[in-house]
Amino acid sequence: MIGYVLVVAQAALALLLAPGLVGLIRWMKARLQNRRGAPVLQPYWELGKLFRKEVVVSNNASWLFRATPFIVFASVVAVTFLVPILAVPLPFDGVGDLLVVVYLLLLGTFFLSLAGLDPGSPFGGMGASREMTVAALAEPTVALAIFALALSAGSTNLGQIVARTMADPGAALSPGHLLAFGALFIVTLAETGRLPIDNPATHLELTMIHEAMVLEYSGRYLALIEWAAAVKLLIFFSLLGNLFVPWGVSVTMTPSTLAIAVASLLAKLVVLAGVVAVLETRIAKLRLFRVPELLSASFVLALLAVTSSFLLR
Amino acid sequence: MASEHLLLVMILAAYPIGALAALGIRGAPGRGLVAGCALVGALAGLVLGAVRLGGGLAPTFTASFLPLTGIALRIDGLSAFFLIVIGVVGAASAVYGFGYSAAYEGRYSLRMLGAMLNVLLLSMSVQVMADNALTFLMAWEAMSLSVYVMVLTEHDQPGTIRAAHWYIAFTHAGFAALVAMFLLLSAGDLTTSFAAMRSAPLAHGVRNAAFLLALFGFGTKAGVVPLHVWLPMAHPVAPSHVSALMSGVVIKMGVYGLLRVTIDLLAGGPAWWGGLVLGLGTVSALLGVLYALMEHDLKRLLAFHSVENIGIIFIGIGAGLMFQSYGLTTLATLGIIGGLYHTINHACFKGLLFLGAGSVLHATGTRNMEEMGGLIKRMPRTALFFLVGACAISALPPLNGFVSEWLVFQALLGGSAIPQPEVAVIMPIAVAMLALTSGLAAACFVKAFGITFLAIPRSPEAEHAHEAPLSMQAGMVSLALMCAALGLAPSAVVRVIGAALSGLERFAPAEVGFTLGLPLRVPGAVGEMSPPLLALGLVLLLGLVPLGFWLAGADRRLRFGDTWGCGRIGQTPRMEYTATAFAEPLRRVFAELYRPSRDLSIDFHPESKYFVQSIEYRSEIRPWFERVLYDPLVHVLGTAATWVRRLQGGSVHLYLVYMTVALMVLLTVARWGR
Repeated sequence: MIGYVLVVAQAALALLLAPGLVGLIRWMKARLQNRRGAPVLQPYWELGKLFRKEVVVSNNASWLFRATPFIVFASVVAVTFLVPILAVPLPFDGVGDLLVVVYLLLLGTFFLSLAGLDPGSPFGGMGASREMTVAALAEPTVALAIFALALSAGSTNLGQIVARTMADPGAALSPGHLLAFGALFIVTLAETGRLPIDNPATHLELTMIHEAMVLEYSGRYLALIEWAAAVKLLIFFSLLGNLFVPWGVSVTMTPSTLAIAVASLLAKLVVLAGVVAVLETRIAKLRLFRVPELLSASFVLALLAVTSSFLLR
Repeated sequence: MASEHLLLVMILAAYPIGALAALGIRGAPGRGLVAGCALVGALAGLVLGAVRLGGGLAPTFTASFLPLTGIALRIDGLSAFFLIVIGVVGAASAVYGFGYSAAYEGRYSLRMLGAMLNVLLLSMSVQVMADNALTFLMAWEAMSLSVYVMVLTEHDQPGTIRAAHWYIAFTHAGFAALVAMFLLLSAGDLTTSFAAMRSAPLAHGVRNAAFLLALFGFGTKAGVVPLHVWLPMAHPVAPSHVSALMSGVVIKMGVYGLLRVTIDLLAGGPAWWGGLVLGLGTVSALLGVLYALMEHDLKRLLAFHSVENIGIIFIGIGAGLMFQSYGLTTLATLGIIGGLYHTINHACFKGLLFLGAGSVLHATGTRNMEEMGGLIKRMPRTALFFLVGACAISALPPLNGFVSEWLVFQALLGGSAIPQPEVAVIMPIAVAMLALTSGLAAACFVKAFGITFLAIPRSPEAEHAHEAPLSMQAGMVSLALMCAALGLAPSAVVRVIGAALSGLERFAPAEVGFTLGLPLRVPGAVGEMSPPLLALGLVLLLGLVPLGFWLAGADRRLRFGDTWGCGRIGQTPRMEYTATAFAEPLRRVFAELYRPSRDLSIDFHPESKYFVQSIEYRSEIRPWFERVLYDPLVHVLGTAATWVRRLQGGSVHLYLVYMTVALMVLLTVARWGR
């Protein structure tokens, strides 16, 4: 019973924290660039404002356009029930493993791309095309990173991966884990639309991917999509944090360990947000056709991760 | 006992009646009889297979027909499984064909189409039940020829004749290999039963030769790279319900044959057999989807996806064969179950997609996606069914494509159990390629669905499109429901496929070990998941979010307006993103592989080259297989044929000389042989 309560609490926490995480990265970036920056809470106010605004829908759009925000949001929320954000093992570990998580997120991307094409705007089509290109090229890296993790844990089950690393702390420093972390970090940047693949701050049509795709959305639909994007970022961060550096994740479900779990989650998110903020102030956006090179670099990292897991087993 | 005989008789009687009716009766009654008989036969096969796998029949069931002809039938688990595959797609296509072929009335030969449809279904049903090589080969040839006739239905359309030529050339090259293979296995007597072949002692070399011949022969039918060339030509030009059958079932007969020969008759082999199948599968999967991405002909796109999905099936089977050679029976079973699961999944969603494409073709008269668009409003049901198929083939949870890919992934993840690291390292590479394939497939189906059904119509034909008639919708909806059912009840499906495999005596006994509860758990708990709970969760969330909105008092106002056009008023279809543009980034990324040929010609004004009168840009991607492998082959064959033709001088005296020489050579050889 406590498990189910915990899972719901964890999902709620993810939903609550996610806009703040985006705000935090924005704020840190601003500070690093010598700007004052909007407050960390700004994204919450933006979401609230969007929820209160009326929706404008294109005449050309079909029912798919109006259903997509809900599908995207539902798929992302479903993932928050499956990934270990605070504790392992979760009661829903058996419902979906790491592969399910990846393909559920792909489900959202798939529908979002369709919705980009739906109003017939060239920008939406362009965003959809680019988004699917990046998503397709990121897939093999993700699969190999999963392979590397599953090799050392003997399972693709998320709870098992975390538990196995906790039982054998040395594994976290094994070359396989480190390389897989690097690969998955690059994929995180690609999948969540961060620099150097996509610029989350731009609204210049020719350079953007995610923003172009959702250009036609407004009001509560846009709010849902933006919120879902933020939750996706949080999911990837907590996967990076908890699969590779699992310490702090609660195993016994007592109030004290849960408090530690929340604290460690926050610490990990802040650290990763800091890394991303620094990275985004240091590097420029890549040309679209240089992105595959970066992704193939991450693919090679993942392949090395698997090979070293094989050899050092 | 009696029930299985009755069902068998129904299969063997309904199809011939349908075929004869097609030849004799014209008009709607004729089409109705064709569809009705095919439906009865297909459903009888479906029930027979299901009852057998559900444990309602004896493990094997033998029937001998007309002893002198050498025809023998036997139903074991594998036959039953493929009877189900034939039955599901056959029934849907038959019903769909009733409405679809109405448009052929008076234009093309409906008699041949209807007759051959029934011959095709009959020959495939007999083929999977065949108990000796003769029966198998006769059914195989009947299947190939009936498809040939149906491919030629729209014989006056450009490309049809050429496609049929390629098809028949491949199918007969494959047939020759199969005859040779069975001659090797049966020591020359094609009426020897499969049971005798199983126990025949064979030398290693003979086994290897037989395997390679089988791989070639069945590979041509399955359309595995590089033997796939006929597939993207022949599938699109056939009537759409025939395309659905070809892609959903006919190419699966290659999978059936390969399984029957390698794991049943030959009982597995060295690791390189599996490795070869796995390698071919990986290459097929990747190349299939890459060429599909560049395709704007909706049915050709789907045909290339069949190459891709056959690749995925081969990956599962290849991994299974490899594991079997190392004695890892549980993993071997897992791999082959993954392959078979994908077989029935692909039959359902590709059948569905071809039927959907047929409805679009029916409504717009074109296969070119660039001339479609906006169809979701004009044919909403077809659009919905096509979307289900698109999600399923893109392996999106919780539909069926995801479950089988997950199983194949799990089998490959088990690759670390292979004792030789240099062999085991193949597995992660296959994992990466499979993941890339499924990512690209998702991209391709965003393109296929988005450009075809969404946004505003790109041509007057698309603007005046109409929804498909009820019979066609019925065909589509049944397959769409199958896609959902196969995705939501994986534990039951896996158990059924396990039963199909456990009938094979010489395949290491399938100790399946999957748990049968809601979650699908892979033996040894490598991974588990539960699509029904996942689906339930998604549905709940989909309901809860709007409820949350309502409770939170979000603004529910909705205003309709124009699509934003940078301030430009009025949107035209020419402003939309096209299929070519959609695939452009991937074309650039994989440019090394595609090697597109570009042709740019600019006409200048005669007075000054600063005034451009017209710009013409042509770009073509021709798969390099055709250039590198088949162009020389066609050339050599053409030359050889010209040369051989000289033998045929038209003079009877010359022919008598040939015959005498041939007779003498034969007699000499026969004398030596003794």
